[in-house]
Amino acid sequence: MTQKEALFQYCLRLGDNALILGHRLSEWCSRAPFIEEDLALTNMSLDMIGRAQALLKYAAEVEGSGKTEDDLAYRRPEPKYFNHLITEQPNGDFAHTIARQLYISTFEYYFYSDLEKSKDKTLAAIASKAIKEVKYHLQHAADWTIRLGDGTEESRNRMQKAISDLWMWSGELFEMDEVENSLLKDGIAVDLIPIKALWSNHIKQVLTEATLNMPEEDYMQTGSRKGIHTENLGHILSEMQYLQRAYPDAKW
Amino acid sequence: MHNEHTNQHFQLRIDNGEYIEAKDYMPDGYRKHLIRQISQHAHSEVIGMQPEGNWITRAPSLRSKQILLAKIQDEGGHGLYLYSAAETLGISRVELIDQLHSGKAKYSNIFNYPALNWADIGAIGWLVDGAAIVNQVSLQRTSYGPYSRAMVRICKEESFHQRQGYEIMANMMKGTKEQREMAQDAMNRWWWPALMMFGPHDTDSPHSSDAVKWKIKRETNDELRQKFIDKTVQQAEIIGLTIPDKDLKFNEKTGHYDIGKINWDEFHRVINGNGPCNKQRMEHHIKYHNEGAWVREAAEAYKKKRLAKQLEIA
Ligand SMILES: [Fe+2]
Ligand SMILES: [Fe+2]
Repeated sequence: MTQKEALFQYCLRLGDNALILGHRLSEWCSRAPFIEEDLALTNMSLDMIGRAQALLKYAAEVEGSGKTEDDLAYRRPEPKYFNHLITEQPNGDFAHTIARQLYISTFEYYFYSDLEKSKDKTLAAIASKAIKEVKYHLQHAADWTIRLGDGTEESRNRMQKAISDLWMWSGELFEMDEVENSLLKDGIAVDLIPIKALWSNHIKQVLTEATLNMPEEDYMQTGSRKGIHTENLGHILSEMQYLQRAYPDAKW
Repeated sequence: MHNEHTNQHFQLRIDNGEYIEAKDYMPDGYRKHLIRQISQHAHSEVIGMQPEGNWITRAPSLRSKQILLAKIQDEGGHGLYLYSAAETLGISRVELIDQLHSGKAKYSNIFNYPALNWADIGAIGWLVDGAAIVNQVSLQRTSYGPYSRAMVRICKEESFHQRQGYEIMANMMKGTKEQREMAQDAMNRWWWPALMMFGPHDTDSPHSSDAVKWKIKRETNDELRQKFIDKTVQQAEIIGLTIPDKDLKFNEKTGHYDIGKINWDEFHRVINGNGPCNKQRMEHHIKYHNEGAWVREAAEAYKKKRLAKQLEIA
């Protein structure tokens, strides 16, 4: 794998995470528990899709085959998508969406804080914009985790279930392969090993305040680094890519 | 009891062009009229999120997805300003939503039509927001202060929506044959419902006279409708869309476009519950409102617990 290929792959991974999570969050539109929350969730979706656009644009530039960010978003099939499996998990109830966001935003908080120092100027710039948004996403997710955990009996049960249900998708966030390792050597990628401990600590702290239990170490699902997904992604893409696939000659 | 004198004084203030504020005296009829109108307006913003939301996950480019998301967010924000304006008149958000669900409060009839293809997103922005703006610009000078101020904020955003909608239509008209067909199809379906948004002809409008006297409404339904027609017909021509009205023609004498007969039977049929989406829109709102009940209860319970803890510490 050349450096160029590794960088292309790295950008796809980050861009796909933002795109697929942004898609999921956008599904909340007109479905949230109250209107202020509808706006908060779609606002996060907007942040994510904006970030996806920047990252996929850069990916296309790195690849250098004349594609656009839209080509990458709308014309790639599932096995060429590299988002973490957790991002494609269904919204479920509000607690599941919050748990998914808590896991991801905690990860992204440490991740983008580090990526801001990347030797790759474009990635560093994208990261410094992202980190401002992520801080808000994390605050939002942590606040709700605590509110729901320490709210009513029903909300506590739902929140605990969501935290446990999504746990098995969290391990993948810290997987590293030759893409990360080769870019890490050049100071471009983020080292995920130290982030794992920071992540666990923060999650534990939030769950404690929420009077919830931290899930036990267990088997972690894997696959997305190689383009192997859950059944969810196919449905997301068939919806997302519908117009571009049905009218390949059209410009929108 | 407020006597005749107080009501005369109120009318005098209106006639002098003063704004009425929440704490000022107002006749019951004025208050009721405003609650009905503002809540209908607020619910329209919120229910209107559904037809456009129908295309968020299928928007054909990253840019268009962001524009649409931001637009729908604005509409939700408009709903919020308007709920707040209604609350200044002594009604709570819970009551407002209950009235929507029971059918006592209405929302704009236009959202009982479906958004069937991507050009509908263009047509909604261009025609529906376009019609709304004409109405709302006029409402910026409405006599109730909080409503008027909400309108000023809202109008700034609505004109963006209208331009973005028109841009979608213009792009599609420059596109493939299929795209042009989608655009014309959307035009055909949204044109007449958009004209109906202004309500019945002045001669048949039940609420108009008080609303005009109180300067809640500054221009009549037909005046507003004509403004919309005049500006929109030309915009359609520029991008090559045909207005689905064979009787449409420019009237040299009046300087306005004359249109064919509006199908008021359809208007009444849809407003009375038999539009293609009445049931769907309401069931959607009720379903997700109910599904969110446990979240609202939890937030309430948590707030109470925190308050109790703070009191303990203090
Ligand atoms: Fe609006
Ligand atoms: Fe609008």
